[in-house]
Amino acid sequence: MELPDDLRYTKEHEWLRLEGDDGVVGITDFAQDALGDVVFVELPAVGATFAQGQVFGVVESNKTVSDLFAPVSGRVIAVNQVLRDEPEHVNADPYGAGWMIRLAVARRDEVDALLDAAGYRAHIAREQGK
Amino acid sequence: MARRTPLFDAHRALGARLVEFAGWEMPLCYRGAAEEHRAVRERCGLFDVSHMGEIELRGPAAAAVCQELTVNDVRRLRIGDGQYTVLCNERGGVLDDLIVFRLGPERYLLIVNAANAAADYAWICDRAGQRAVVIDRSAELGLLALQGPEAELALRTLTALDLGGLRPFTALEGTVAGVKTIVSRTGYTGEDGFELLSAAPDAPPLWAAVLEATRRRDGLPAGLGARDTLRLEAGLPLCGTDMDETTTPLEAGLAWVVKLDKGDFVGRAVLAEQAARGVARRLIGLELAEPGVPRHGYAVWRDGAAVGTVTSGTRSPTLGTYIGLAYVTAGAAAPGTPVAVEIRGRRVPARVVARPFYRRVRREE
Repeated sequence: MELPDDLRYTKEHEWLRLEGDDGVVGITDFAQDALGDVVFVELPAVGATFAQGQVFGVVESNKTVSDLFAPVSGRVIAVNQVLRDEPEHVNADPYGAGWMIRLAVARRDEVDALLDAAGYRAHIAREQGK
Repeated sequence: MARRTPLFDAHRALGARLVEFAGWEMPLCYRGAAEEHRAVRERCGLFDVSHMGEIELRGPAAAAVCQELTVNDVRRLRIGDGQYTVLCNERGGVLDDLIVFRLGPERYLLIVNAANAAADYAWICDRAGQRAVVIDRSAELGLLALQGPEAELALRTLTALDLGGLRPFTALEGTVAGVKTIVSRTGYTGEDGFELLSAAPDAPPLWAAVLEATRRRDGLPAGLGARDTLRLEAGLPLCGTDMDETTTPLEAGLAWVVKLDKGDFVGRAVLAEQAARGVARRLIGLELAEPGVPRHGYAVWRDGAAVGTVTSGTRSPTLGTYIGLAYVTAGAAAPGTPVAVEIRGRRVPARVVARPFYRRVRREE
């Protein structure tokens, strides 16, 4: 399982990559593997704003429907339109072509409070140990 | 504790993702359901379907009992023939769908769904009474399904049986990879293919040999995930999901197996009346006009009125579109009818389409 060191993570299995004042958001390698083949991703409109922890979209595999949670508060400045017709990128390249939304990050301290790769790895280990 | 097929260790060795299905611990996929789906459509894929039940009826009245309990006409079966059929209750509701093979003059084998096997057996025993010997052979048999356009080429390398002469829904007994097997030209994927019935202890060596032959044709082992999207593209209803005791085979679009003129059978009165008056609802195919997954239980709308309910849905790996099966009122069932599927409060435009969604191209030999 791939967990890049330059990303921040949530306990709900989203990742965030800080690029200047923007945060790019997707779901982790662990999450895509657990879902199985992703068949649909529902994403918000550009301009929508979300508070940290709010549901910003939905990802579906044949097995399940899962909410996507905003890792931090912010306004959506771009969404990955390619996923509309090619949701399989979420499985094939979760940290690259499978990105979901780009947020204008409202509060930098929320980013700093997210898990780092080691923290997320420990979180997964605890969840799997249950 | 979930039950395990004789091939459980083989699945684990292949790194399968295992899930519980109908009380069995089964492979959902090995490498990925979409890839396995594609392998079956383009080349071949091998499934373990040993979780399915096998019920044998024997004796001079075995045919009469089959005739009374199933909707299709078993008198049409010569030895070695099989037919798709349905087990109905008195109200014409679907207890299970199955394939019945005539293995001998007075010997029939029913291949039934895993989830219903125990209930089917109890129902058949109860109805048969002393008239026929009814044996639940589910635990003593293994069942593999090799499916895909290259299934015959793959299997040919392992047997001297005349596979080319084996017509759809017929079976032959013989040896495959040194294992005593009943080979039938059947499956539930919309592709050409075979099902291989063997004694449970012989299933692992048979699986190993057939898997090797499958891989030589660039095929893959395939799990329940691919099996579900394959059968859905082929427009084939899944018992327990698309039909159950509250739906009749006529409503499910299975009128072609209901032989009302064969004499009396369980459920006939209700089915005959339904056939005469016309069904009030029908299982239809849906295709969404935009991305979205129609799921079991979602409402179907037409012109602002609720006209039905989705029973299955997926993104079609072959077509790339979003498809589903749904029961809708007869007035909304014609192909081309514009409808909408309610997905999380939003009505996504869709239209009724003819089943199957996918039809295989028959290749010239």
